[in-house]
Amino acid sequence: MRKTSLFQKIAAAPHILWAILFIVAPMIFVLYFAFTDAEGKFALANIASLSQYGNVFVLSIAFALIATAICLVIGYPLAYFMSRQSPRAQKILMVLVMLPMWCNLLIRTYALMALLDNGGLLNALLEKLGLHKVSIVGTNFGVILGMVYDFLPYMVLPIFTAMTKLDKRYIEASHDLGCNGWQTMTRVIMPLTVSGVISGITMVFVPSISTFYISQKLGAGKIDLVGDTIERLFQNPSTYNVGAAISLVMMLLIIISVRIMNHFSDDERESGHGKSGKGGGIVP
Amino acid sequence: MENDILIRISGVSKAFDGETVLDHVSLDIHDKEFVTLLGPSGCGKTTTLRIIGGFETPDTGDVFFDGKKINDVPPYERLVNTVFQKYALFPHLNVYENVAFGLRLKKTPEAEIRKKVQEMLAMVNLKGFERRRVTTLSGGQQQRVAIARALVNHPRVLLLDEPLGALDLKLRKDMQNELKRIQRETGITFIYVTHDQEEALSMSDTVVVMANGQIQQIGSPEDIYNEPKNAFVADFIGESNILDGVMLEDYKVKFSNHTFVCVDKGFAKNEKVDIVVRPEDVDVVAIDKGMITGTVTSVTFKGDYYEIIVDVGGFKWMLETSDHVAPETTIGLFIEPEAIHVMKKSEYSGMFGDYSSFSDELEHLGDPEEEVEE
Repeated sequence: MRKTSLFQKIAAAPHILWAILFIVAPMIFVLYFAFTDAEGKFALANIASLSQYGNVFVLSIAFALIATAICLVIGYPLAYFMSRQSPRAQKILMVLVMLPMWCNLLIRTYALMALLDNGGLLNALLEKLGLHKVSIVGTNFGVILGMVYDFLPYMVLPIFTAMTKLDKRYIEASHDLGCNGWQTMTRVIMPLTVSGVISGITMVFVPSISTFYISQKLGAGKIDLVGDTIERLFQNPSTYNVGAAISLVMMLLIIISVRIMNHFSDDERESGHGKSGKGGGIVP
Repeated sequence: MENDILIRISGVSKAFDGETVLDHVSLDIHDKEFVTLLGPSGCGKTTTLRIIGGFETPDTGDVFFDGKKINDVPPYERLVNTVFQKYALFPHLNVYENVAFGLRLKKTPEAEIRKKVQEMLAMVNLKGFERRRVTTLSGGQQQRVAIARALVNHPRVLLLDEPLGALDLKLRKDMQNELKRIQRETGITFIYVTHDQEEALSMSDTVVVMANGQIQQIGSPEDIYNEPKNAFVADFIGESNILDGVMLEDYKVKFSNHTFVCVDKGFAKNEKVDIVVRPEDVDVVAIDKGMITGTVTSVTFKGDYYEIIVDVGGFKWMLETSDHVAPETTIGLFIEPEAIHVMKKSEYSGMFGDYSSFSDELEHLGDPEEEVEE
């Protein structure tokens, strides 16, 4: 490692300042509130009270896992399909995948709600056709659908990138050595795109587990996830401390899950010299 | 001989985006033969190899393997394995697993896999490298793994696409010998693609010279060198002085304003022909003993011989001689009848000039080594 020059330090200064103000400081506040009571004295009561939120945590994790799994099942074949197209078609498909991301998450979710609501477009159409209405909004399915819809591009893009970077010669080599199409997929393409899958899983799981808006809108207030709980607790100054304690646990959960993910991609990237370095993980 | 033909390519053409890459190529490859497809970048040699491997299908024409048409047989059903240009070793697998890859697909018992992989690694001198990641290997080692990975499947034919292109000269020479040894030991048919004529001559049983999507000549290395069919082959293989000549009658040819006795016959009276004389086949003699005379314009010391450029009536010859000749002296040239090779005029006639603009550096710059053929 070269020593950083003065210029490099100056160049990094705005970012460091930003990070201190908006990342480090809030975290210190979270820590502070989590371990103090309403009078600002040290207390473990907040942590102790977390047990009553156990169900919420379990539900959140379950929802995030299911949404991530569905995104993977849809996203991986989609990314593979995209990577096999001509460069022109790839660009068009890419724009189609990205298009929803140009629109604000809240607006997208609202739009989805308007589509799926009891009085929404879908049900109006079904009614016209003389079919039964389906109630999606306010169900677990609705919330998971919202997560999948909102976060699918985050799964597709890293996998697609990994696919396009995959050297075609590996695929030819696998055919040469006797792999049919499916064997090439499982023995060569999948192992060589693990890094994209890991990024995709992380990028879908983390926002899914902490979302509150999707569950509020598409859950119609009936489904309470960790995000919703934190939001509610922070709307009343007297419950800041419990809210902070839940946030803290949430952060730990995310750090642990990202760590686990990084561990997988490290295994794939490491060369035979044992475990040196931690790769370019998201968590330091 | 007819029944030991393993691969027959018959009238195969192939175009990419309207550009013809192969133009009615026909070629028979015999069992246990070491065949080299030789030619400059873009001549169609790699495409020919890829058609044999099943990675491309011919637009017209047929490919037969052991008498059966295999145009539409996918690569994984062919008894052919490939050593790819830049090896294409699987980076997620170690050396052992790379070599075992093909055997695992065939559901070979684990004990047998272990035995065969060990044997192969021993054959390519990579014992003890089983657990190494392929990304930590040198180019030469990766090369050996690629060969082992292909050969462990006991293919009838091994295709090698410029396998030594990325190695340095010393290593390349070693690997040439080793490949030759492996081919002899295994008795597998090798089809080898290269643009390096020296490599082709020293390794092959049969050399197939290609240019512009067509086969120019098929023959043993000696045939190709001594009896080039046209000016392209003469120029591409080794150094040659290619001159315009007139065949006066059988065994009599005129070039450089002198009538020479030669060993060629069967041309029309006064037919225009191309003449090839190799630099090492010309004797430098005293002026009065020479058939033709010329002025030495440059002398380059090459170790065991001098390479000299001689101006004979405006045409610059390249000669190789063991005696030192001073520049600017006039010398006589003596050419034996056997040293004169007469060729019919072809589309390549007149494309290769004399050695007036020759320099080693230019030769080197023109080396298409870095280009990847499609």
